[in-house]
Amino acid sequence: MNKIFEVPLYAYTRSPDQDVPAPVRHKVIVIGAGPIGLAAAIDLAQQGIEVVVLDDNDKVSFGSRAICFAKRTLEIADRLGGGRPMVDKGVQWNVGKVFFDERQVYEFNLLPEEGHANPAFINLQQYYFEQFMVDRVRELQEQGAPIEIRGRNKVEAIGTHEDHVKLEVETPEGSYTVEADWLIACDGAGSPTRRMLGLDFVGRVFEDNFLIADVIMDADFPTERWFWFDPPFNKGQSALLHKQPDGVWRIDLQLGWDIDKEREKRPENVIPRLKAMLGEDVQFELEWVSIYTFQCRRMEKFRHNRVIFAGDSAHQVSPFGARGANSGMQDTDNLCWKLKLVIDGKASESLLDSYDVERVHGADENILNSTRSTDFITPKSQMSRILRDAVLDLSEHHEFARPLVNSGRLSVPCTYDGSPLNSADALDGPARTRPGSPCPDAPLGNEFLLPKLAGKFTLLTIDADAPDMIEEDGIEVTRLALSVKDDPTLELKRRYLGDAISAVYLIRPDQHVAARRDNYEDNAFRHAIRRASGKE
Amino acid sequence: MSDLILTPNIDDADDFYADLLAAHEGLEKADSDALNARLVLVLANHIGDRSVLTQAIRAATLADE
Repeated sequence: MNKIFEVPLYAYTRSPDQDVPAPVRHKVIVIGAGPIGLAAAIDLAQQGIEVVVLDDNDKVSFGSRAICFAKRTLEIADRLGGGRPMVDKGVQWNVGKVFFDERQVYEFNLLPEEGHANPAFINLQQYYFEQFMVDRVRELQEQGAPIEIRGRNKVEAIGTHEDHVKLEVETPEGSYTVEADWLIACDGAGSPTRRMLGLDFVGRVFEDNFLIADVIMDADFPTERWFWFDPPFNKGQSALLHKQPDGVWRIDLQLGWDIDKEREKRPENVIPRLKAMLGEDVQFELEWVSIYTFQCRRMEKFRHNRVIFAGDSAHQVSPFGARGANSGMQDTDNLCWKLKLVIDGKASESLLDSYDVERVHGADENILNSTRSTDFITPKSQMSRILRDAVLDLSEHHEFARPLVNSGRLSVPCTYDGSPLNSADALDGPARTRPGSPCPDAPLGNEFLLPKLAGKFTLLTIDADAPDMIEEDGIEVTRLALSVKDDPTLELKRRYLGDAISAVYLIRPDQHVAARRDNYEDNAFRHAIRRASGKE
Repeated sequence: MSDLILTPNIDDADDFYADLLAAHEGLEKADSDALNARLVLVLANHIGDRSVLTQAIRAATLADE
């Protein structure tokens, strides 16, 4: 049986661009049809912006790779029209177990907060994530949206100009030249775009390697996340077992620094390691094996005039905590509405600098979290190991030590504190919805809040008056009028009002709060709209 | 913000010190180190106040103000 990652999903076909004397100029070209590139393209096409995706391959991701998709990513995927099948296919789990040496030290239940349309996260192979996004691209194409994926189109050279970029693209039928007003590089941690432009990628490489194996097995392990520190089957190292759909299990085994990567990847070396972990009599089949080195790094700037980097091409983190694909999705979520305003002439190019400010902030937060997890999982000194082991020993007996155990902090979206797009907080409301925050979902009877805030500037009023529509310098803002009575569970009140009796929120197209007050004040909100679109 | 107490604050200080030594008695170096680490974590959790803990870490480094 062919696996889905072995079947071409966007096979090469000749483009008319290859048969014209002068290069065709597109609005936006995206390099890379991974999760982030596809998200960027769908986001732009849904807003009517013409976009072409170039990928050097013609298939979805080889092997599972990213497997943990967080709630924020699912919310973004909902806005892009592809979230539902991901949640339906994905595995949801809440229970985790932590083992140290030969024993289980404790078990936890994440008890996700109620009142959200999406689960806290799902486990899903990256190839499914990409396949659902490609399905969405096809659906948009049928509706006539200006979006195209070109498989086996490898960018070989990039020329940057003041108001466009020029690309040399290699195909099975020779090369051609094509141009774009804007280029979004989503070509991964090893980004050829970054290399061709001679740009930096600095950070820290940890002296540690991990073997990742995805195995297919009929095992009666429960749907839980199991993490081992210093287990008997991988002495002095760590291990992780996590379930994916279709009976596929993700296993991470820490290998240490001085290893021969090619040798360790061979099945005859992998299988004994897995048998030591799973038991001699467990039947399994290897689906995919890879080895990675822990590293945390980012570009100094994500925007280089007309070339914008998003996802792993801009920043790379160690994978524990699911901050790779999840943070990349937040990149495109942040970028695409801004690019739309700039392309439509409703904001100046300087608005794109806020993408840099906000997403560099996000990347730094992810790198910090990831570095801390890495320091706990792989202690760098004798004393850091002593302290780490003390935390684990205490966690078996005393609850207080459990929050100190760090086997990866699961990705939560970044709050853009201090962003130049925020207005000063003018509501005595909950901290979690202060300006810069991603809007938390809330139930509204049989519906949910977030789908009502999708893709446009919104004035959310809760028990407050305001005009149904305001326009400020070309930017239209429509009102969503709610009352605390719309949610009998009172989550809307708890998340957006706190002790206040009314509130008005200005919410950006990416569902982040730009401004809030206890009532509508025309001047204040017009000012806030200008700020949120980079005009002040 | 609470201030870290850096004046004598333990009743029967000699007894406390003797208890501390007794807990380590007969332990190998590695086990003693582990005990100390656990003790630091237990005490830190009891204090809880992050600003006091920051002051305590600083005081323990013997760095001058």
